[in-house]
Amino acid sequence: MSLFSKNNQETFFNPLSSSNPVTVQVLGICSALAVTAQLKPAIVMGLSVTVIMSMSNVIISLLRKTIPNRIRIIVQLVVCAALVTIVSEVLKAFAYDISVQLSVYVGLIITNCILMGRLEAFAMQNGPWESFLDGVGNGLGYAIILVIVAFFRELLGAGCLLGFSVIPQCVYDCGYLNNGLMLMPPMALILVACIIWVHRSLNKDLQEK
Amino acid sequence: MEHFFSLLVRSIFVDNMIFAFFLGMCSYLAVSKNVKTAFGLGVAVTFVLLITLPVNYFLQTKVLGPDCLVEGVDLSFLGFILFIAVIAGIVQLVEMLVERFSPSLYASLGIFLPLIAVNCAIMGASLFMQQRITMNPTDTQAIANLGDAFAYALGSGIGWLLAIVGLAAIREKLSYSNVPVALRGLGITFITVGLMAMAFMCFSGLKI
Repeated sequence: MSLFSKNNQETFFNPLSSSNPVTVQVLGICSALAVTAQLKPAIVMGLSVTVIMSMSNVIISLLRKTIPNRIRIIVQLVVCAALVTIVSEVLKAFAYDISVQLSVYVGLIITNCILMGRLEAFAMQNGPWESFLDGVGNGLGYAIILVIVAFFRELLGAGCLLGFSVIPQCVYDCGYLNNGLMLMPPMALILVACIIWVHRSLNKDLQEK
Repeated sequence: MEHFFSLLVRSIFVDNMIFAFFLGMCSYLAVSKNVKTAFGLGVAVTFVLLITLPVNYFLQTKVLGPDCLVEGVDLSFLGFILFIAVIAGIVQLVEMLVERFSPSLYASLGIFLPLIAVNCAIMGASLFMQQRITMNPTDTQAIANLGDAFAYALGSGIGWLLAIVGLAAIREKLSYSNVPVALRGLGITFITVGLMAMAFMCFSGLKI
C-alpha cells in the first residue's frame, strides 16, 4: 500500500469536516470552549492537541499487539499523561504567558475524549502510519473549530485579532461598541451551536431526526 | 468553618464546573437525555470527587510539593501522571464496591461508571486544587487543609449534579418542541446550555 493511497487520504481529510471531532462526534468539548476567548491560546492549544494526538496514536499503534486487553485504558492514559507532561513543560519553557493563560486546560488534554476515543477506535486496530495521519487529521479538525470560535470571540468581544486591534478608531467614533458578552463563557457555547447549525445545513446527511 | 461554607457555596454557584469552566462537558451532553440517569451519573461523579480530591490533596502536599520527599526537589510536574493514576484506580475501586453492594445502581449506571475516569471534571478539580493550595490562605478560593479540599469536592460535585439534572429536565420537555432541522439534537442542546450558563452568570457577583 502506498503512503498516500485513497484510504489514507480519507483517514486524513474526513475528520476535517464530515466526521469532525468537535461538531459531529461531540468529543473534546471542554477545552474547545474554555480556551477560545482569544485567538493565540486557541492556536497554541490546537497545535498541542495535534502533536499529542499524532504522537500518542503512533506509540499506541506500535504497542498495540503487546498491550493486554484488560489494562489497555491505563496504558493509554499513562502514554497520554507522559506526552502531555512533556508538552506542558515545553510550553512553560518557551511560551510562558500562554501556558499561564491556558492554566489547567493543558493538563486536561489527558482526559480529552478525542484522544481516548481515537486511541481506542483507531490506533488499537491500525498501523503506525495510518494512525499518525488519523491523529494529525483529528487534531487539525479540532484546531479548526477552536480557531473559528476564537476568531469571532476575539473580533467581536475585544476588537482585536492575535492581540492587535483591527477595528479602526473611526468605527468606534460612530458609536460601535465591543460586545463584552462574547468574552464570557456562555457565548462560546452559543457560537459552537451556530457552527453546528451552519455545518449541518450544508451537510444534510449529518442532520438528526 | 466560615471558610468551609464560603468555599462550598462558591464552588456550587460561582465556580460551577459546567457553566464557568466547561469541565466534564462530554458526558454532560451525552447522558443528559433523561433525569433519572442524569441524577445517577451526577451522584457517581460527586462520590468519586469526594474520594479523589482528599487523596490528591494528600499527594500534592506530602509527596509532590517542593521539599516534600527530597530536600530542594519540586516534583509537581509529575502531577498529571500521578493524579490520573489515582483517579483511574479509585474509579475502578468504586466500580467494584458499587457492583458488590448495590447491583441495581450498578446496572443503571452501566458504561458511565468506568467513563468517570476520563471525565474532565475530576481531573480539572484536582488541577484547580493544585493551583489553589499555593494561594494565600486569606483568599476565599484558597484550599488550606484537608477540610477545604473536602468542601471543594462536595461543592463541585453538587454543582455538576445541579447542572446535569437541570439540563436533562429541559431536554425532556424540549423533545416535544419544533426545532429547526439542522439545529436538532446537538445544536439546540448547546444553545440551551449557553442560556443556562448566562443565568448562572448572575451568581458571579456573589460576595461571600
